[in-house]
Amino acid sequence: MSEGRIRVLIAKPGLDGHDRGAKVLARAMRDAGFEVIYTGLRQTPDQIVSAAVQEDVDVIGLSILSGAHNHLFPRIMQLLEEAGAEHILVIAGGVIPEEDIPALEKLGVSRVFTPGTPTSEAIGFIRERVGA
Amino acid sequence: MERCEIDAMISGIRDNRPGTLARAISMIEDEEPDSAHLLEGLHPFTGGSHVVGITGPPGSGKSTLTDRITKHLRKRSKSVGVVAVDPTSPFSGGALLGDRTRMGDLATDPEVFIRSMGTRGSLGGLSRAVYGAIKVLEAAAKDVILVETVGVGQSEVDIARVADTVVVVFVPGLGDDVQAIKAGITEIGDLLVVNKADLPGASRVESVLESTLNLAPPREEPAPKIASASAERDEGVEELLDLIEEHRNLARESGLLELRRRMRARAEITAILARRVSRHTEGYLSDGDNGWYRRLTRGEVSPGELAEELWSKLLGQESEG
Repeated sequence: MSEGRIRVLIAKPGLDGHDRGAKVLARAMRDAGFEVIYTGLRQTPDQIVSAAVQEDVDVIGLSILSGAHNHLFPRIMQLLEEAGAEHILVIAGGVIPEEDIPALEKLGVSRVFTPGTPTSEAIGFIRERVGA
Repeated sequence: MERCEIDAMISGIRDNRPGTLARAISMIEDEEPDSAHLLEGLHPFTGGSHVVGITGPPGSGKSTLTDRITKHLRKRSKSVGVVAVDPTSPFSGGALLGDRTRMGDLATDPEVFIRSMGTRGSLGGLSRAVYGAIKVLEAAAKDVILVETVGVGQSEVDIARVADTVVVVFVPGLGDDVQAIKAGITEIGDLLVVNKADLPGASRVESVLESTLNLAPPREEPAPKIASASAERDEGVEELLDLIEEHRNLARESGLLELRRRMRARAEITAILARRVSRHTEGYLSDGDNGWYRRLTRGEVSPGELAEELWSKLLGQESEG
């Protein structure tokens, strides 16, 4: 799987309409040589998982600022498992309180990046975990 | 990969399993050694889909139009494959593939499969892997395959070598009559669509296209048809789809389809060969130790003679191997 280019799906689950962070990250990842599929605002967990499967991505990056992560992320992880796509690395960013992070990591979210994290940190993390 | 794994993959593709389709397209994109065997195995199951190309300048609404056409096709109970190409950065090798932002709610329809691709160095408006991706989708028995090119300028005409029907999207405000007479993308369309027909200047674009067609010398293929649409408002799309289907039927009856398919096969074979030759020769020419450059600068050989030498070497290798 590491033979080709790293493919990342950047998705915005839920109802908030702020995608500045998602776009900044998408751009930084493009400049790092990744192929970034951006799916736009207000995606349902079903849409995100189907898109990730069709695009054969190595990574899903979830950007969320609405506070609904405890509700949406479990559903996404469950759908990934049902689709046989649990090999996809899931990372998250946005406004997520520290105290929620352990539970999300237990669900299988590999890493949660809180506001202020340099984009290079997320990129480094992906390179380390996915290779290529 | 074992022979049986490739066979399993082929049957997964024919069963329309999204994960298998996706993996197969990645193998082709990454030019994994097994992809050649995969494509060989898929070949007998190809040729049944209507391949429609959608091309036009950046921002002309290709993705939105693709989304709307797909929805109307679904109303007609057709299954759809979409290949959407966006440019790869020549500097980083990365790409931002954003066509899905216009197609969000198609993602969960099991009869629709969408794949985004970077051009990965190809300059003709498509990616080299498009041929292969079409084969995968054909083998999955998609009724219609929509291929959306990158935003094109004037000379990215590869789509004409790939599609059965080519739709060129125009919008108001891009230039005067001369733009429409210039050679290139305006010549490859079977259907010319003026999108954003609700904007001022749209009817003017239509009449310019019409007069351009009237000036065109007679050709063997039927003259392109002109349509107008507002993809955003979902107006004119149903009619456009009628024209797309009509084109396919006429092309089939007149033998044009056969001709296009022949051209496509020719382009594909040529591309495979060209790739192979360039891999061999690049290997030789990037090797600093064999002295080819020294011989060239001393005037012992010309570039033409060196090419001839490499060619013989290549033929020798091929017959041995």
